[in-house]
Amino acid sequence: MLELYKGALDVPVILKRWYEEEAPNNYGAYIPFVGTVRAEDGIEGLSFDIYEPILQSWFRAWEQKANDKGAKVVMAHSIGDVMVHESSYIAAVFSPKRRVALELIDEYVEDFKASAPIWKYDIIDNKRIYAKERSTQIKGSGLLGGIQ
Amino acid sequence: MVRVEFLGPIQKEPLNIEANTLSDVAKILSQDEELKEWIVTSAVAVNDMLVSSLDIPLKDGDKISLLPPVCGG
Repeated sequence: MLELYKGALDVPVILKRWYEEEAPNNYGAYIPFVGTVRAEDGIEGLSFDIYEPILQSWFRAWEQKANDKGAKVVMAHSIGDVMVHESSYIAAVFSPKRRVALELIDEYVEDFKASAPIWKYDIIDNKRIYAKERSTQIKGSGLLGGIQ
Repeated sequence: MVRVEFLGPIQKEPLNIEANTLSDVAKILSQDEELKEWIVTSAVAVNDMLVSSLDIPLKDGDKISLLPPVCGG
């Protein structure tokens, strides 16, 4: 389940719904990761662009990977502006036993940061400034520039 | 004719160009001064699939996307 929302996420509502939806499915572990916008460097908030077709295929590959281990992954992410102390990202893993979920959540969140087609901007003085220094090149970048 | 789309922070309208392979696309885009920085840092997708070779043959109507460095979460 990949959920995209305009603006900040309603974290308690989403976590509760996922919990209730999966409760009958005999998963012994539910590990959510919640990303919240911190006040730093004078930002008012963050803003996000998403390219949905490739995000969907990235997520489907993760669903398959989790399924192969008897687990399930879900995520929610914001599109547009999310202000300081609001949340923009939730990833969660359900699995029969804790070990699989603990290991998957780490890999799942790190791969998301490195590969998911989402672009972040700082909001300063109501302007969006691309967070270039904090961004990561997707694997294989530079193909058209002759550098791989 | 193929369509080249620039995602995220690359502030550029899509281009329609004649190209038979991604090498042709690379040659055309490298002549554009404002794309110089982006082509060396962006990943490339053809019809929404990320690719890793310039030899991929293109056909009329294909969509090529440039994906600059990402930072979700």
